[in-house]
Amino acid sequence: MTFDKKKFQSPYSFLFGNINLRTKTLLIIALVGLILITIVINSLFINLDNITTNFAIKNSQPSFQHPFGTDWMGRDMLSRTMKGLGLSVTIGALASILSVVISIFLGLLSTLGKYFDYTVNGLTDLFLSIPHILLIMLISISLGGGITGIVVGVSLTHWTSLTRLLRAEIKQINTSTYVKISKNFGKTKWWIAKHHLLPLLLPQIVVGTIIVFPHAIMHEASVTFLGFGLSPHEPAIGVILAESMKYLSNGAWWLAFFPGLSLLIIVLLFDVIGDNVQRLLDPTQANE
Amino acid sequence: MLNYKKLVKFLGFKLGTLMILLMAVSVISFILIEISPTDPVRIYVGEMSISQEKLNDLNEYWGVNQSLYVKVVNWLDNLAHGNLGISLIYRIPVTEVISERFSASFMLMFLSWIFSGVLGFFLGVLAGFKRGTFIDKGVKIYSYVIYAAPVFWIAMILLMIFSVELGWFPSGLAVPIGKVSGSVTLLEWLHRLVLPVLTLSITGIAQIALFTRSKLIEVSSSDYFLFAKARGEKGWSLIKRHGIRNILLPAITLQFLSFSELFGGTVLVEQVFSYPGLGQAAVTAGTQSDIPLLLGIVLVSTIFVFCGNSIADLLYKFVDPRIRESEANDF
Repeated sequence: MTFDKKKFQSPYSFLFGNINLRTKTLLIIALVGLILITIVINSLFINLDNITTNFAIKNSQPSFQHPFGTDWMGRDMLSRTMKGLGLSVTIGALASILSVVISIFLGLLSTLGKYFDYTVNGLTDLFLSIPHILLIMLISISLGGGITGIVVGVSLTHWTSLTRLLRAEIKQINTSTYVKISKNFGKTKWWIAKHHLLPLLLPQIVVGTIIVFPHAIMHEASVTFLGFGLSPHEPAIGVILAESMKYLSNGAWWLAFFPGLSLLIIVLLFDVIGDNVQRLLDPTQANE
Repeated sequence: MLNYKKLVKFLGFKLGTLMILLMAVSVISFILIEISPTDPVRIYVGEMSISQEKLNDLNEYWGVNQSLYVKVVNWLDNLAHGNLGISLIYRIPVTEVISERFSASFMLMFLSWIFSGVLGFFLGVLAGFKRGTFIDKGVKIYSYVIYAAPVFWIAMILLMIFSVELGWFPSGLAVPIGKVSGSVTLLEWLHRLVLPVLTLSITGIAQIALFTRSKLIEVSSSDYFLFAKARGEKGWSLIKRHGIRNILLPAITLQFLSFSELFGGTVLVEQVFSYPGLGQAAVTAGTQSDIPLLLGIVLVSTIFVFCGNSIADLLYKFVDPRIRESEANDF
């Protein structure tokens, strides 16, 4: 049998040449991670007061000085977009970490007994039955708006799939012989959870966090676009896009195009990280 | 053949579940609103200046000072009688607002659901069939990119291209200015439906195409597929007879399971195109604290999503011959 080398090349081979797959995966994760961290740190140093309003250059098209153009107050859209991306990524990170914590808690809770299992299952069905956007709107109103409302709303709607996964996984691990032996030795449930469950669940948890991230950002952007949670003084991407809606009919396409495109790129970057981390942690599923 | 006794039992079970679900959703959403800092009486009064005495009377009338338990029971009692209250913005019963808006939204959702389903399935089959070619790569890249793009951003891009630049379609308002909504001709109405439907179809394709593609590839590696190939079947007839037959049902099921996302997308698209549907009403109700309307829409959307899930279940249990025939099929 001849070895078809082309078959085993990763889709990124044009970038990295022929280093092994693991190194390549690590490199991609590091590179993309670096880009994302740069965006967040960069946004911290953008002071909104420095984005001066300058009516002399209002509504100007993209140029070398202002690659993303300027808005109706002559503010540089590139800085505003970068600031907004930083805010969106931060909110997304908070929300997805929170939702994973909820998933772990409920996943472990469901294994405590039959009725706990029923409760967790019922809760999952309940939260899946209301369209996410409406539920985030309700929670945001209930908490009186603000970033807290958005973070809590997004995290309370994104724990369902990981919880189901963890629940199934835990059930499977609990039937294995080594868990049974541990039980017979009189180990506590907590000891089993710490020594048998968590190490095996860790890959799922890490991948779960990263996979939830794009969804969290997208929902955050959607809900703020609709006018919930953040005030116009906090320019998340959703708020920027909602504002640019008013200027669409004037032909100011750059106001909406670039911020949305940057959000799309961020989400794609997270998808890339998610795929690669999955490949790294779970080699059995790495091959498509 | 269909087992009617089982079907009736299944439907009864689903109806019971729906009742419990609706009760849970209405209680939870009611409590969520109840703990919110917005004061519904204040919103009802609006900008009018009002004496403290009158305010107390109103509070008394609306039962603001009752205990949470009494309020929830009253709310459920009213719901059971089909009374969803009166919308604070439109000043007509919530049921009227919803029934009027739902038909507009339903048309939008139905059309984009059909288009995205058919097109997505077709593209998925094509990509899976021509695996590794540039068609496959094109479909994959398209799906990944669209999946990562915010729905409302795509809606805005389409609005900019087709309404602002080309001027083919009006930018917003399902009813032309200066016309009563009843006198709109079907053509005018369809004209305004094009862009919203286009947006939701473009975005809806991604998921179903990727799913169909991976399913077809999975089926292609099965023994019966290999055997069919060995018998000399090839090309389109092979795909039609052994591929599509096996992946159509899972794909339709998935499409029914996506009602929740479809509704979410509709909310955003209606907002961008100012299309007077349920989603726009929900956003207005939310931003202007029209609590009765918002709660009503939450309940209606819950029923909508539940219907989608139940149909998916039904298809899975009663149409798929493998599961229909199996003895273990009781719930």
